Amino acid sequence: MIYLDHNASTPVRPEVIEAMRASLADHPANPSSLHREGQRARAALERARAQVASLVHARPDEVVFVSGGTEGDHLALLGAAWSRAARGRRIAISAVEHHAMHGAAEVLAEQGFAVDHLPVGPEGRVTPAAIRLAPGTSVVALMLANNETGVLQPLEHAVRIARDAGALVLCDAVQAAGKVPIDFDALGVDYLVVSGHKIGGPKGAAALIVRRGAPLKPLFRGSSHEGGRRGGTENVSGIVGLGLAAEAAAGELATEAPRLAALRARLEAGMRAQVPDLVIHGEAAPRLPNTVNASFPDARSDRLLMALDAAGIAVSAGAACASGAVEPSPVLSAMGVPRALAVCALRFSLGRTTAEAEIETTLAALGPAVAAARGSAAGVSGGGA
Amino acid sequence: MSRSKVLAAMSGGVDSCVAAALLAEQGAEVTGVTLKLWCYGTSPLSPRACCTLDAIEDARAVARRMGFPHYVVEAEEVFRQRVLQPFLDAYATGRTPYPCALCNQHLKFGDLVSRMELIGAEVLATGHYARIERCADGSWKLMRAMDRDKDQSYALALIPYDVLPRAVFPLGGMDKQAVRAHAERLGLEVWAKPESQDLCFVPDGDYAGFVTQSLGDRRGTTPGPFVDSEGRPLGTHRGILHYTVGQRRGLGIAAREPLYVTGIDASSNTITLGSRAALDAPGLVTASMNWLVPSPPGPGAPVEVQIRYHHAPARGRVFPRADGGAEIRFDEPQAAVTPGQSCVLYDGDRVLGGAAIERALAAPRRSATHDAARLVAP
Repeated sequence: MIYLDHNASTPVRPEVIEAMRASLADHPANPSSLHREGQRARAALERARAQVASLVHARPDEVVFVSGGTEGDHLALLGAAWSRAARGRRIAISAVEHHAMHGAAEVLAEQGFAVDHLPVGPEGRVTPAAIRLAPGTSVVALMLANNETGVLQPLEHAVRIARDAGALVLCDAVQAAGKVPIDFDALGVDYLVVSGHKIGGPKGAAALIVRRGAPLKPLFRGSSHEGGRRGGTENVSGIVGLGLAAEAAAGELATEAPRLAALRARLEAGMRAQVPDLVIHGEAAPRLPNTVNASFPDARSDRLLMALDAAGIAVSAGAACASGAVEPSPVLSAMGVPRALAVCALRFSLGRTTAEAEIETTLAALGPAVAAARGSAAGVSGGGA
Repeated sequence: MSRSKVLAAMSGGVDSCVAAALLAEQGAEVTGVTLKLWCYGTSPLSPRACCTLDAIEDARAVARRMGFPHYVVEAEEVFRQRVLQPFLDAYATGRTPYPCALCNQHLKFGDLVSRMELIGAEVLATGHYARIERCADGSWKLMRAMDRDKDQSYALALIPYDVLPRAVFPLGGMDKQAVRAHAERLGLEVWAKPESQDLCFVPDGDYAGFVTQSLGDRRGTTPGPFVDSEGRPLGTHRGILHYTVGQRRGLGIAAREPLYVTGIDASSNTITLGSRAALDAPGLVTASMNWLVPSPPGPGAPVEVQIRYHHAPARGRVFPRADGGAEIRFDEPQAAVTPGQSCVLYDGDRVLGGAAIERALAAPRRSATHDAARLVAP
């Protein structure tokens, strides 16, 4: 199988599997326990904390381990907004945030907070001019890279405007981590979220980076785990895996980013050669090196996905509704992509395991898949039989 | 020998699940698909056996258990254009549509056939109770199921002939008990699910309510006159979409003998009532026929005619018309010929073709007089 869905999840690195296996066996104790076995588990945890901090140039004590990107988004957005509720019950998030952030914002909306959505331009970027914060806005959430298009957001502008307005800034960097350099200090954001399974680590382990001094009301209370910011016994083996994956990703970044960019350039050129009328979403914007989101006009995504899957190529077809059917992506809608084009979008996301030969095989399968999907669509509109 | 590639339509009901699972068990390379006909949103789940979120989950579970891939495919647009809207329009114009025939024609044996190429499937499998056989001359025939109680060939009469070589009905030779036994044997949790009843997209069997709500206009809902066969007023109806030919209950008219709906005229918003005998028609005219035989029968050829899902076929003769339709003359008059329902022609177990009923042929004058006499002096 050719796996081109790394933005959804990544294969776990072999050394991570080994380290996690060892941790499951070697760390039976609770890292909060005071005996030596507890201290050994604690040591593994703190080592991982330093590894994660190093990936994003933060300090280890700024790292809070959580269960995943969704929890990280919720903890940061709710924890920040609740802390600042006395000063204002209003937040702003970009229109193209991950579902997890939209979900967290819904919680606040139900609690009577006003939620503003910052619009994006046709390339999927929040335009600096659009970042106008209503008085009383306490938190602004803007992702570093969009999960569907890979488009990078202008964080520096957002941070400047938010600072001037006295608002805290939350950055969901789940998709960006390990693909572009991240400097938490230089970015100047107050909260940053990264997740293990997007960088060759396990599912179920992630981190929220909280700037020293930034307020954060916890979602889960209990003992003083994670400095009182996240109750619950830590997922030690998962966090060990997360830490090692972060270290490996940081080490590879300088070579992987250009390698993936070259593979993607080949993929895009090959696609365009076969399907000249394809539309690459966010093409003109700065993007992650591994992501292509393209619409193949008149070839619906669900048909394309089936055809490519049958050919052994795993890609993503945007959003799925409650039934599991493919729906037009809200991200593309926010970019103003017409519905007819949005329902023909596929996301190819490359990663560490992607080889050049796989790109060629994918290109060879793509032409027939698009032709079959188009033929099918025409057959239906032409009479249904 | 390489494994045959099968696209299996799975509504989530026990029949289609067993059909797909049996093929997988026999070694076919199965890909399961469930058509999404409807936006389910987050509305409460209906207890129906198919076409719900629960049913999609059931189909997925069967695919997981049998170890083949499954997809939910978006078909809302085709469903709305080809099945739902014609269904609504038919009700609004006084007809009684049969959407299952259209769904089979345009969705299962239309849209899904068009998707076979995507995965390189050689055949399309469904859980219908019917059989497909190859004739000695190489042509194909659609046949009734072995189990006559479950036979669904009536619902399949509008599918294109050229689909027959590419379709398989694994349940065509089984009875329901055997199907449930297979489901249980294979460990499919759907084995004890209730039978699907009525139409999958009408939430509670309230057709008139559903049509009124979905139409988005007032067609078919304006009260008008009930009249007898001579045009004399008998009362007021609630809007034509509440009635169907042959209906006796819910008319709200007191009469000396039971009255039935014998005709619905949308243009004058009039519903004609008459005695049981007035329901009888000597024949009917169909819309353009879908033939499932290489060459249509000649004028006057003897056929068996089924005019409702539950109707014992009547003997008659078929006269193809220049417009592609057919005129059917029954050997014995048949009751409640209902425009919109399918008229399916059989030669024994073989389906010859089918089409929607356009109208009933008028009874000879003498029986009309006879009816009128009975109405006044029973």
